[in-house]
Amino acid sequence: MGRTMTDSHYEETWVQGESERLGFQYPGVIDLSWKKRLLGPLLCLVTALYLGVCYFAFDVSGVVERARGDMAQLFALDAYAHKIHATYQFKKPDQGFVVSLEGSKRAIYKEHPAWIEGNGAHSLISLGSDGILQFNGDTVTYRHPEFEQAFIFKVGEGAPEFIAGAPPAWLKVSKTQVNARPSLFTRIWITKSKVEAQRYFAGWENFWFDFDSELNGVSARELLKIAFSSERLDPDISNVRFILSEFWTNSEWQHGEVYFALFQTLIMAVVGTLIAGILALPLAFAAAANVNPLAVARTGLRRFFDFLRGVDMLIWSLIFIRAFGLGPLSGIFAIFFTDTGTFGKLFSEAIENADKKQAEGVQATGASAVQKYRFGLFPQILPLFISQMLYYLESNTRSATVIGALGAGGIGLKLIETMRTRQDWENTLYLIALIIIVVMVMDQLSSWLRRKLIEGQA
Amino acid sequence: MASYPALADASRLAEISQSYERVARNRTLYTLLLIALCALSISGGLYIADQANSGGFWTGLGKFFDYPAELFLGAYEKGGMGLFRLTLQYLPYLFETLNIALVSTLLAFFLGGALSFVASRTLVSNRLVVALMRRVMDVFRAFPEIVIALLLVLIFGPSPVAAVIAVTTHTIGALAKQFSEVNENCDLKAVEGIRSMGGNWFEQIRFGILPQVLPNFLSYALLRLEVNVRASAILGFVGAGGLGAELKMVVDWNYGADILVIIFMLVVSIALIDYLSGVLRHKLIGQSGQV
Repeated sequence: MGRTMTDSHYEETWVQGESERLGFQYPGVIDLSWKKRLLGPLLCLVTALYLGVCYFAFDVSGVVERARGDMAQLFALDAYAHKIHATYQFKKPDQGFVVSLEGSKRAIYKEHPAWIEGNGAHSLISLGSDGILQFNGDTVTYRHPEFEQAFIFKVGEGAPEFIAGAPPAWLKVSKTQVNARPSLFTRIWITKSKVEAQRYFAGWENFWFDFDSELNGVSARELLKIAFSSERLDPDISNVRFILSEFWTNSEWQHGEVYFALFQTLIMAVVGTLIAGILALPLAFAAAANVNPLAVARTGLRRFFDFLRGVDMLIWSLIFIRAFGLGPLSGIFAIFFTDTGTFGKLFSEAIENADKKQAEGVQATGASAVQKYRFGLFPQILPLFISQMLYYLESNTRSATVIGALGAGGIGLKLIETMRTRQDWENTLYLIALIIIVVMVMDQLSSWLRRKLIEGQA
Repeated sequence: MASYPALADASRLAEISQSYERVARNRTLYTLLLIALCALSISGGLYIADQANSGGFWTGLGKFFDYPAELFLGAYEKGGMGLFRLTLQYLPYLFETLNIALVSTLLAFFLGGALSFVASRTLVSNRLVVALMRRVMDVFRAFPEIVIALLLVLIFGPSPVAAVIAVTTHTIGALAKQFSEVNENCDLKAVEGIRSMGGNWFEQIRFGILPQVLPNFLSYALLRLEVNVRASAILGFVGAGGLGAELKMVVDWNYGADILVIIFMLVVSIALIDYLSGVLRHKLIGQSGQV
């Protein structure tokens, strides 16, 4: 490229000379030994092999195959949507279609929604994009937009009978019942005693006020109006208090209980961390070589810290739950036992690493031993002490949730209880969201405080 | 410069001493307030917790040693040979728990490492990408392992895979945050050098950043390994396999010797990993390395 032979030749020799010089100056950098060159790829290979072995050891493909995908889908749907049942019972024709939330007898709507037309023996139920269900007293006609021919069932006398139409895979006809799931959002269920249509709608129903509350379904604007009107809904208390107490005592979402549980979890984390820090501080001084000259006492304390830390929080919580019963007190003790060990180790190391010049300077002024450590050592380790405690505060919020689920109460126990019912997935999602928010807030708060207190910047 | 006019002036001295006293008074006040706040939250918290507990503190205090005594009695009845046999019996489960922890730490090391480069302000100029990645990290980190494990156990059934996914998710968030802090603290001269030679972003990371940060990365991952062994033992309690599942079973059945053997195995393995990772970390980042 425009270069002459001599130029490129010169360049070559220069590069060669330079690389020789560098190789001589920094031996082992350019000419890596075979050992070092192979180390990286070898480690990667071993890791890949190990992960491959574990893939088979954990039977990942088998687990994925057996996974209940349908169940996961249903959980996900139920977590953000609510289900409304419209049920017609042949024994109670005068009731007509009874519309209820999740089929609960305690949550029956007084007025029919717009998607149900007519009542009793001549009803038309719109199923959204899944077509229309028509009920004529003794026949059920279901028209799906993708099928030209309607599906017709004879009902009312004994088991439902399939009259017309070729049933697709999602329509299951057995001897006793008809079960149709045209999509995830719709289900038609016909037995010898009833015709039922179930539809999912997005949103958390009755989140603010429960079904029986006077305030159920009231819009935010009306709510404000009620709050400021002088006409009392409950003659004993003001409207604002009434609204708050209706929200707090919501029987389906249990806001009051949930927030109290959350508060308990926070108490576990805060009190556990505080007690651990306060207890660990004098112990750490006693375990530091530059404070305590007694080697036996130091080693004993160190082993004690190791013991507290090594016996996991899980095991401490088991022991304390046995002694103190289920509840946050056991959680507090589990956290502070474990963390006294952790803090003791961290603080004593910090004290040993502290600069001794300051302490000597204080001693030179004629200070007593206590004053020497108070003014010479303590200010040096205080920032570390506070920052470690704040750091563990955040991680203990998460730990408190975990040991709460094992029986120490609080939001963790609440979560595991709602999950065990396998029904109220919207409540589960609500609790998970609250936990995540609280942990994130604690995280931000602790790092903000650390920045502000330690580095002196907001 | 022989005289010090500011100090010679007596009124100025008085002023300094006054303002010093004011600062000192304020500090004492703040300290006292902080101590009062701590005392209040401890006593209040303990009171509320004591009320909410099914058993009280004072009644429980006497029973504190009952459970450990019961366990030791059970172990004593089993005898040395019996305990040894139990240890062998539970060894595969310990192995499973350790595997869960190691696999999740490894997966999180690679995934979190990759994420951390995109979440470092010094390496990515697009502020939006960095902010987005940081929020993703925060959410990952905020998930307590047990929440994910509970959900996955329902879907996958009792299986260590649930524990691996749960621990990995949390660890990705935790490691990525620490890693990105390491990335932001490292020297950018090598990156500039590689950029001047025409290296693309990946080459800048691979040859400019990675050699600098790898020892710190490994050190953090080793610290995390110990945390993850504890976490995977706990996850067994909700059915995610390993030693925790066995522990839950024997705790429910109240088999003293078995409980003690499992606790002993857990504590010893955690202590061993703690010690080994400490030695390795010292080798990686040297005596002076503070992580």
